[in-house]
Amino acid sequence: MSSYDGKLVMMANQIARFYLPQKQVEPVAAIATHIRKFWDPRMRAAIIAHVDQGGAGLDEPARQAVERLKQGARPA
Amino acid sequence: MSLVHEIDYGTPVAKSAEQVTLTIDGQKVTVAAGTSIMRAAMDTGIQVPKLCATDSVDAFGSCRLCLVEVQGRAGTPASCTTPVAPGMVVSTQTERLKQIRKGVMELYISDHPLDCLTCAANGDCELQDMAGAVGLRDVRYGYEGENHTKQEKDESNPYFTFDPGKCIVCSRCVRACEEVQGTFALTIQGRGFESKVSAGALNDDFLSSECVSCGACVQACPTATLSEKSLIEIGQPEHSVVTTCAYCGVGCNFKAEMRGEELVRMVPYKDGKANRGHSCVKGRFAWGYANHRERILKPMMRERIDQPWREVSWDEAIGRVASEFKRIQKKHGRLAIGGITSSRCTNEETYLVQKLVRGGFGNNNVDTCARVCHSPTGFGLSSAFGTSAGTQDFDSVEHSDVIIVIGANPTDAHPVFASRMKKRLRAGARLIVIDPRRTDLVKSAHIEADYHLPLRPGTNAAMLNALAHVIVTEGLVNEAFVREFCDRDAFEDWAEFIVQPQNSPENVGLITGVSAEAIRGAARLYATGGNGAIYYGLGVTEHSQGTTAVMGLANLAMVTGNIGRQGVGVNPMRGQNNVQGSCDMGSFPHELTGYRHISDDVMRGTFEAVWGRKLDNEPGLRISNMFDEAIEDRFKGLYVQGEDILQSDPNTAHVVRALASMECVVVQDLFLNETANYAHVFLPGSTFLEKDGTFINAERRINMVRKVMTPKNGKADWEITLDIAHAMGFDMRYEHPSQIMDEIAALTPTFKGVSYALLEREGSVQWPCNEKAPLGTPIMHVGGFVRGKGNFLITEYIATDEKTGPRFPLLLTTGRILSQYNVGAQTRRTENVVWHDQDVLEIHPHDAENRGVRDGDWVRLQSRAGETSLRARITDRVAPGVVYTTFHHPDTQANVITTDYSDWATNCPEYKVTAVQVSPSNGPSDWQREYKDQADRSRRIVKVAAE
Repeated sequence: MSSYDGKLVMMANQIARFYLPQKQVEPVAAIATHIRKFWDPRMRAAIIAHVDQGGAGLDEPARQAVERLKQGARPA
Repeated sequence: MSLVHEIDYGTPVAKSAEQVTLTIDGQKVTVAAGTSIMRAAMDTGIQVPKLCATDSVDAFGSCRLCLVEVQGRAGTPASCTTPVAPGMVVSTQTERLKQIRKGVMELYISDHPLDCLTCAANGDCELQDMAGAVGLRDVRYGYEGENHTKQEKDESNPYFTFDPGKCIVCSRCVRACEEVQGTFALTIQGRGFESKVSAGALNDDFLSSECVSCGACVQACPTATLSEKSLIEIGQPEHSVVTTCAYCGVGCNFKAEMRGEELVRMVPYKDGKANRGHSCVKGRFAWGYANHRERILKPMMRERIDQPWREVSWDEAIGRVASEFKRIQKKHGRLAIGGITSSRCTNEETYLVQKLVRGGFGNNNVDTCARVCHSPTGFGLSSAFGTSAGTQDFDSVEHSDVIIVIGANPTDAHPVFASRMKKRLRAGARLIVIDPRRTDLVKSAHIEADYHLPLRPGTNAAMLNALAHVIVTEGLVNEAFVREFCDRDAFEDWAEFIVQPQNSPENVGLITGVSAEAIRGAARLYATGGNGAIYYGLGVTEHSQGTTAVMGLANLAMVTGNIGRQGVGVNPMRGQNNVQGSCDMGSFPHELTGYRHISDDVMRGTFEAVWGRKLDNEPGLRISNMFDEAIEDRFKGLYVQGEDILQSDPNTAHVVRALASMECVVVQDLFLNETANYAHVFLPGSTFLEKDGTFINAERRINMVRKVMTPKNGKADWEITLDIAHAMGFDMRYEHPSQIMDEIAALTPTFKGVSYALLEREGSVQWPCNEKAPLGTPIMHVGGFVRGKGNFLITEYIATDEKTGPRFPLLLTTGRILSQYNVGAQTRRTENVVWHDQDVLEIHPHDAENRGVRDGDWVRLQSRAGETSLRARITDRVAPGVVYTTFHHPDTQANVITTDYSDWATNCPEYKVTAVQVSPSNGPSDWQREYKDQADRSRRIVKVAAE
């Protein structure tokens, strides 16, 4: 994994770890929304490509959120 | 133009609601109970002669000049210490009073050098004025007797002189140091004729004493005893302009006192609503950088960063910026360039830079230095309360009963507000300090924290959860507040989380290193001690859980009902002067002014209509993302206004690599800063003295910045941005910054009522300022939260990925010092270096001993990111296992050490937690030597012949 991808993976996992225990939102949707709202399109494209190549290092909720991003989720 | 004269009422204002009517010199006057006769007289326009009284300090009654006669009372009471009473009949001028006053003045003048014509205070001396007021024509005692007029001056302070020969021992300086500043550095030494003002111990001078050079004593002095050296050198000012300090987020108002276009001195403005007439060493004295020899006044260019700079015309420089940015976009795509706005620049300038990027560059790659300090505040408080800003005004602290200071060091970083806080603490408010270091607030003159929780760096979220755990499990929840104002479901989910055993003080004590007993005590005090206020700084935000911790603070305030009135609230202490404003102005890549997401089509459409450009609806790159994209060769051009990202951003080697990979870096600044070492175009900036505009301080206060001199570089910063826009084909037209503010107001609901006319009339206002609040909003969330119901968020503690271990066993945390500001570009170019000429590493005696390090030794500081060398200072201010340094000096480059770890929500860097090793060293590291060589080479300038 490149250092660029590694950083994105770390960031996505951090976001996931915050949203996972939240009960007022659906965590995977919230993670996807956060990434959609705050990440530049190139970063989103890179993390989607990373998931397409297996998603090494991504925690499961983060991986699911990226999958949802791929399906074109929009910000809340 | 003339001098702005402020009335000195002699004694402080009384705050009683009860009114008292009396008669003074035949005039009826009604004032608040508790008002002094002196102040009541001044209210009617009668100036009672005075020397030891001034309205910034309590009455003292020593000079015996302000005596009055009161019908039915014996004697001649001092009008400064005698409160008004109903029906009182006062005479301020009688034969008896005239004789007494003349006698008093004779005594003063018999021991005063009669050098008025050559005295620095000539024309602005209260002793001189009083001699005139009492009609002094002769001194019966002569001038030959024993006196104090030949005493040696103390010139040790770089900014002011103490001439005891001119002192009348009125104690105004001593009282100002105690009551206004709260440092207690000065005293009256000796008794009777031997009485003299002393800066501490017998062998102390002002510089070696505990004096913090705030200037309160100088301001209070009625003679030339304490005078600014600039005043002594230049002479009395002839006009003054009220403006706003360009240093920290307190946003003090000053009178810039001028002779022509020469600044004589900066005097704190009594009507300034943020500072109430007080100042610190930076704002009061450290403005010499504006004229520093290293200031760059002409545009410069170079093709490659290994070449020397070449001075060019403005047209050539601006033309190069535009052509390079266009070329890069053509070659690498629309998204390959961006800009960084500055928290040191005005709102209007910041607004224009983000407008240039969005409208002119055609993307949203704009960010601001708030990214690396308070971005978690915006996200955290917005999620909890609905507004990305602090909840109170500064006056609110006067109503606080319990104050939590967490991750902030206000006596160093926000000194003027710290003085107000300390005043309240001396009056009885209780204090909880949560900080790895024993900051001055923990214990200083007449201040002692009830609890100091010296937690391990990186454990804020755990600590805040433990405090909340105690409040919920011990039944200290403000049920009525939560029921009425907060989201019930969110509260119940949060309460279920917070009572879990992992959040108990006993468990969190193991994580934080703080005893469960202290955590429980602090929680109980905050929940039950009355009005509870939270003040926090970058020690909260600059963590991988920075946003989580901000949410934790919001949870604490909500669960105890400490929101929505005076004396309470959650208050971010903003680092730089316009951090709040730069965020408000739409500097973040995902949002436009007023914190509205760029994807909102309707809102974005209003900007498109006014700007005449289609805007991208996708978020742009944050600063750290720009660096990453640059290293990936996808980001090639950057316009940086008023920021030194190379020195201030973490992991310097990473920043260097990113900047070096870009094809056009444009730096707009006062000096060739560290970032400029990697720049291709340098655009000389203007100081805050040279332009009009506004700053917004930590309490959301919009303050005027007023031009007092012509820009030495020829242009205000906003004009430079306009020139770039025009050169890039983006038509932005403004004749004056007021028109920019008009546009901001038209496009931003929270600023809808703001205009320069309103600010001129009111002095300042706090946003939101609109039809619902035409004069602004001092306190937020009164009667309900902006978002509707307060939102409790679950703040699970997650340890940072930055771990200590055998190679890096210590934790480094970084911060600021009083005399220096941020990267030091301004303060290092002033006499403030007398107090701090290098960054040093604070290390606990045990850690030092284990490593064979003695005080003052060079040490090598090494992390996973890099290494540097600096001198050690051995102190138990830091706990064992923790070391601390500042980041003010590029020779040290503290950020060589800090890492890429950042906040989960905002990418705010984790400056406050870096695993390091410290070992003896024999001087600067190879990296430092190489860096200095590169910087020296980069700063070569080829001068052009004068035109």
